[in-house]
Amino acid sequence: MRRKEKIIEFLLALAGAITVLTTIGILWVLLYETVLFFGEVSIVEFFTDTQWTPLFADKHFGILPLISGTVLTSFIAIFVALPIGLSIAVYLNEYAHPKMRRTVKPVMEILAAIPTVVYGFFALTVVTPYLQTIIPGLAGFNALSPGIVMGIMIIPLISSLSEDALYAVPKSLREASYGLGATQFQTSFKVLIPAASSGIIVSVILAISRAFGETMIVAIAAGLEPRLTLDPTVPIATITAYIVQVSMGDVPQGSLEFKSIFAAGMMLFVFTFILNTISARVKKKFYHKYE
Amino acid sequence: MNNRLKNNLFKYWAIACTLFGIIMLGVFIINILIDGLGRLDWNFITDLPSRKAENAGIFTAVMGTLWILGLTAIISIPVGVAAGIYLEEYGKKSRFANMLEINITNLAGIPSIIYGILGLEVFVRTAGLGSSLISGALTLSLLILPVIIVATREAIKAVPKTISEASYALGASKWQTISEQILPAAGGGIVTGVILALSRAAGETAPLIVVGALTYVPFAPQTPMDQYSVLPMQIFNWISRPEKEFGVNAAAAIIVLLLITFIMNGIAIYLRNRWQKKVKW
Repeated sequence: MRRKEKIIEFLLALAGAITVLTTIGILWVLLYETVLFFGEVSIVEFFTDTQWTPLFADKHFGILPLISGTVLTSFIAIFVALPIGLSIAVYLNEYAHPKMRRTVKPVMEILAAIPTVVYGFFALTVVTPYLQTIIPGLAGFNALSPGIVMGIMIIPLISSLSEDALYAVPKSLREASYGLGATQFQTSFKVLIPAASSGIIVSVILAISRAFGETMIVAIAAGLEPRLTLDPTVPIATITAYIVQVSMGDVPQGSLEFKSIFAAGMMLFVFTFILNTISARVKKKFYHKYE
Repeated sequence: MNNRLKNNLFKYWAIACTLFGIIMLGVFIINILIDGLGRLDWNFITDLPSRKAENAGIFTAVMGTLWILGLTAIISIPVGVAAGIYLEEYGKKSRFANMLEINITNLAGIPSIIYGILGLEVFVRTAGLGSSLISGALTLSLLILPVIIVATREAIKAVPKTISEASYALGASKWQTISEQILPAAGGGIVTGVILALSRAAGETAPLIVVGALTYVPFAPQTPMDQYSVLPMQIFNWISRPEKEFGVNAAAAIIVLLLITFIMNGIAIYLRNRWQKKVKW
């Protein structure tokens, strides 16, 4: 009996250990192939060259254009998602009738559940043509349209995490504010948002991290042309889109082009890891401020 | 007065923001229905792929998606639920459990395409499984494992302590308590989490592209070692083509994919609500 209990506990712990192996596996794979990559490409070139053309005859391995593409689309996404998502959170938390809350929340859940390839289709076939009627010079592939659509995708993430943060602010603060005669607007922006700021910051950092890693929307609608620019109207490529591009082609395994996706993946991993660590720190440090 | 005006202005802006999400979802779905509904018929689902848009069907892609979902479920559910039980019931204060917890939080934040890179190196190349269904399913299993673990823990946490204490008082062992009392009580929550995780796996494209899912397979896969395509891959391929007819095909295939996603989410939400109502301690 005791023996059986021990064996079961061991098996359960083993299942947990698989998650650790996953992390070790990711680190090992990225490090190993990236080191091989830097055996052939100079690390200085990687961080300073302004062109990324591994698939052309004249090969350049400068990661900057992919980083600029990733940052640009993510920035546009946050620019769309933050004001809208935060407004929704404030509205649901402070203004909305409980009935409204119960209707809006499932809709947000649906928005979050839609596969990203579907968002990509939407960006390419609906948003881009529409934007072209407003912005005459807009290329068929650009950073603006996938950025906006990515923003729509991220709204539920920001609104639900921010709402949780606002909800966690002690009732006494809210009541004190109303007691002094403040409006809902004043209470929300002068009391609740400052009090919940760490939670809101966490939601924004997680949203940026999510946008950095988003793949299909940009692979479909941004154009797969690495370009060092912050102009949202021209075709660009992101780190993720480049990895997709190489995976779709017939690049031989083990070649330099093949290894380049690991170096690019390493950059993406480092960026998202830093963002996730910061958000975890902020959360740990400030979340239980009022408990 | 000025303050009330501001208050009202913000209220209307916030309502507009809230409606924006709902309207976008509406525009989205209506647009896809207009594009794709005319193309969607039984033949579209049962036909093999073709170079001609009007003959092409999604049969092989749907079969690939079903295979991937089945295999991913078989691999990820036992591992994820077991790990969740361990963290919640056994390793509460141990160092190992603490490390696992931090690790799982980190894993949940890693972009899905990185999992693809892991799968490519470990399953496709090192383990020699090639671009097979099993490579894809293993990759997706690792991807959704954190979701299943977190859901399992939440569900177990919701079971009142009195239940397990009563069980221990009657002389039941730890595992007897878990398997006979806690798991049945937490079952609804776990199933809900698992379905949501699998619905995410059904829509994933990026990691499967990296581990070599194909955009064109002439026949439906027969064994886990076969090459395959999945619905999102087929959609991606059709979107990438310049001809308008393929865009129509993509929209029709998206309707099928959204139906699968919504049905899975619907079942999960239904189970969650039912369970919440039924179980009153």
